[in-house]
This record gives sequence, C-alpha cells and structure tokens, in this order.
Amino acid sequence: MRRDGPAIEAEGLHKRYGDQVALDGVDLAVPAGTVCAVLGVNGAGKSTLVRILTTLLRADSGVARVAGFDVRRRADRARAHLGLVGQHAAVDEILGGRQNLVLFGRLHRLSPARAAARADDLLDRFDLTAAAHRPVAGWSGGMRRRLDLAAALIVDPPVLFLDEPTTGLDPRARSDVWDAVRALVGAGTTVLLTTQYLEEADRLADGVRVLHHGRVTAAGTPEELKSTLGGDRIDVVLHHPDDLAAAAAAVTAATGAAPTVDRAALRLSVPVTDRVAALAAVLRAVEVAGLRAGDVAVRRPTLDEVFLHLTDSRTEVPA
Amino acid sequence: MTVLPLSRARWAAADTAILTRRTLAHWARRPGEVLFGLLFPVLLLLMFGYLFGGAMALPDGADYREFLLPGMVAMTMLFGVETTYTAVAVDTARGVTDRFRSLPMSRAAVVSGRAVADLLHSAVALAVVLGCGVLIGWQPHRGPLAALAAVALLLLLRFAMIWLGVYLALLLRRPETVAALQILVWPLGFASNAFVAPATMPGWLAAVAAWNPLSATVAATRDLFGNPGWGAGSWPAEHAVALAVAWPLLLVAVFLPLSVRRWQRLGR
Repeated sequence: MRRDGPAIEAEGLHKRYGDQVALDGVDLAVPAGTVCAVLGVNGAGKSTLVRILTTLLRADSGVARVAGFDVRRRADRARAHLGLVGQHAAVDEILGGRQNLVLFGRLHRLSPARAAARADDLLDRFDLTAAAHRPVAGWSGGMRRRLDLAAALIVDPPVLFLDEPTTGLDPRARSDVWDAVRALVGAGTTVLLTTQYLEEADRLADGVRVLHHGRVTAAGTPEELKSTLGGDRIDVVLHHPDDLAAAAAAVTAATGAAPTVDRAALRLSVPVTDRVAALAAVLRAVEVAGLRAGDVAVRRPTLDEVFLHLTDSRTEVPA
Repeated sequence: MTVLPLSRARWAAADTAILTRRTLAHWARRPGEVLFGLLFPVLLLLMFGYLFGGAMALPDGADYREFLLPGMVAMTMLFGVETTYTAVAVDTARGVTDRFRSLPMSRAAVVSGRAVADLLHSAVALAVVLGCGVLIGWQPHRGPLAALAAVALLLLLRFAMIWLGVYLALLLRRPETVAALQILVWPLGFASNAFVAPATMPGWLAAVAAWNPLSATVAATRDLFGNPGWGAGSWPAEHAVALAVAWPLLLVAVFLPLSVRRWQRLGR
C-alpha cells in the first residue's frame, strides 16, 4: 500500500443512470486505520459509491483512489488492496464454506497450500469451522454474512468496503459483525461501510458522511453531527393528550422554537442552545400554563434526529 | 500475501482451471442433478425410438433408431444453452460475478472457465447418449476418424450455445427466466430435420427447418457417422458439413462480441 495520504479518496464523483442522478459530486477522504460510515436512505447513492470505489462501476467523471491506486487506471492494483462485502452474500451456495474460501483464495493467486491454510484460519476466526463442509445454501443469514466477510478478508486487504453489512440480520448476528469490524480496525484496516442504521454509524464510525440524493450533505464525527442540531434538546412528557397543544404553545413561547410532537409518547421535543436557561424557561412556562408534566429533561440529540433534520431540509431544495 | 509469478496468459489459464474445478465441485455436490441431466436425453432417445419409431417410415426402409441418434445428440447440444444460461445468471444475480470482478483475477477466465466446464459436461453427455445408442442398435459406419469429426461438429455447436447462453444470462440476469428458455428451445429443436423430414412440413416451415443451424449439424453428423438421412435435394442439405462449421462460427462471431459488451456494461 502506498503511504502518505488517505486510504480512500474521491474527488467530484458523478454518476447517472439515464435521467437518474445517482452521485452528484461526491468528495471523500478516509484516513488510514479509521472507519467511515456512509449514512443514507435507500436510493441515496450508497451502493453506487461503493461500486465505484471497488472498481465494479465506472464513474461518469471524477477520480477515486484506494490505497493510493486509481480505481480506473490501476484497477488491478486497487483490487489487490481492497476487500468487498456487498449487499447480498456473494458466495457460492452449492459449495461448502471452506470450498468457497479456498476458491476465492486461489483466485487471489494464493498457492493451493496457502489458500487452504488461510481458509481454515478464517473459518476458525468467524466460528464457522463446524459448518465448513456443509453447502452454504443451508446456512443461516448470519453465517453467510460472516462467510462473505471472511471471503473479503482472504488477503488481509488494507481497505475494506462493507455495503449495508448488517441489513436483514438479527441483533445477535449484527453485533457479531460489529465485533469483527472493530477487531479489523484495531489491527489497522481502513473500513468504509454504508448503512441505514444510525446506531451502527454511531457505534462503529470515526467519521460519518450523510449521503442524500447523491450528495454528501453532512460530514463529521458522530458527536459533531449531533451538535449541528443546535446542541441539546429538551423533552417534555405530559400526562394527557389534551395538554399537547397548550404545552407546545408554552414551549414555543419559552424557547422561540416550535417543538416536534410525538403524540403516541405524549412528548414534545425542542432544540435549545443555552441548556440551563432554556430548561428554567420551559419549566416556568409549563407551570404558568397550568399543565402537569410527567417529565422534563435535557438530552443530546440522537443521530436519528440529525439524519431526519438533514434529509428533510435537503428535500426542500429543488432537485 | 503470496503472489505466484505468472504472465497474463498463464494467469488466465490458471484461473480458468480454478473455475473449471469449481464447476466439477458443483457436480460432486449435486450428483443427482447431473445424473438427471445426463439421463434426460437418454429418456428422449428411448421414447422417440420405441414410441414413435414404429410409425416413422424412412427412405429405403432404414432403421429409425440409426437415424434418430444424430438428431438426439445434436438436440442435447442445443439444450446445453440452458445449462450455461442458468450457471451465468445465478452467479450474476447472487453477486458472485461481482465478487469475481472485484478480485485481481483474469477477466477472460470467468467465461473461459465456464466454457471448459460446459464442454466437459457436454462431452460426457455425448458419451452417455452414444453409448446408449450402441445398446439399442446404433453404430457409426465410417470409421473412427469420421466419427471423431462428427463429435467435433457436435461440440462446436455446443460451443456456440455457450456464447448464446452467456449473452442471454448477462442480458436478462434472472435465473428463473430459464423456464422461458426451456420452452423456446423446443420449437427450435423440432423445427429441424432431427426427427422428421422437412419435406413433410408446410412450405415455410420446411424452409425454416432446412436452414435451421441444428439441421446442418444433424445432417453433417448423420453423414459422418454413416447413418441414414432424408437425402439431399436442397442446397443446405447438400452442404451440410460446411454449414455445420459455418453456422456455429457465425453464432460465435455474433454472440461473443455481444457477450463482451454486456460484460463491460456491468461496469457502466
């Protein structure tokens, strides 16, 4: 791998399918040894970005480098430095797990003995040894995903791409994948993962990019992104649904911002800047209005709120 | 990471061998499927030979089963398009093709590995059908060289079907669509000289049957095995061997570049 410079770089990536714009000028720089989460809803352009970075798809314009190698002009060198876990477990269902890993190892130009040894290592590491000889068609979704991950790690690639690695997995299998990613990053691998799950980005990523309609609409650490929502939020939980309207008016008057209302939870939520002063003002306003609150609390925003905020404000911009 | 020092062509050959072995491993995993695939043409051979054979009147009272066998083996080659289609479509739909494309492996090997495995499969199928033919009274009459030439022409047709199968699979990318393909190859197989004389068909259909690429291979195979045929009488029937070479080559010339273009479009 070439030193100096980020492990993954992209400048001005554009891609359209017919009339549909998939990527509309994406820039990216992921420092070596870190995890970058690309967050977005279906159709945001996440998979297109991963496919371009892993040499599977050609961008209409723009440049991308993996481990310092241009994914277009030096595709073979880039391929030798990257591992890909796509959305579907891309493994041979008829073969056993070990046969799959040996096959991919051989195609990575490992000698037969090396490929076999590597397959056994990986099966052991991902707790698949017991099922190693059974056809993959009969495996569970979580096991297939682990095999897929193992197949991507055959040559210990310095850069790993995971396209929605935990979509469709149960919580247990999901946390297995998270543990595996953490272990890899601990050993120096650079990881780019796409996800629709904010929790996943929050737990794993050093840096987050929010992708929306093919553009990066926000970038930063999970903490930085949360603070873009005006820092803290105050939640007011009421006892009676009838009080919601009056409480919303009181909170708006006290903070100068309209709260979001969760009718099912009887909860108002409003972003604030000066947490202590705002808390005092909200408490006073609720009391003056003669309302009974079950709970009033100050908290940090969740990534969900950040995400909704960013994507909602983006959808108002004409395409 | 151990990288074996091989040149580009030797890499392609090595990767082809690896992918061919992958298909052999599939056979070992699913022997029942392979066995059924091999026995299906045998079943057809017996059905046609014994159910319809009695009703067929051939010129000079020739034996229908002697006549039938070349038609059956040629049709087996034609049906091979389904095998190729399914294998390529499954890999493409399941993301295995993308996995290959993300590896530093030979691009050509993805198809050449398929081609070698499919030709091996068809060679085995040929051996089985010809062997069963011998059991029911068929035999080649013009010596081993002519018989080998007939086998070569049959495998050439199968080779053309590989490229048709690869192209269709990369175009449609849905393994389930093979059901449609299975239905469509039947009229293609039967609108030929494989089972009945084109002269007995309505004029337009007779012309289709006479010029059907399958008919060329069937007529040439009958000629080289020294088995009875429908006789000449039309231009394509008189130039069967030349056409049995030309048709598959033409199909390859059309579908190989189309397949390569489809392959490249996976990346666009």
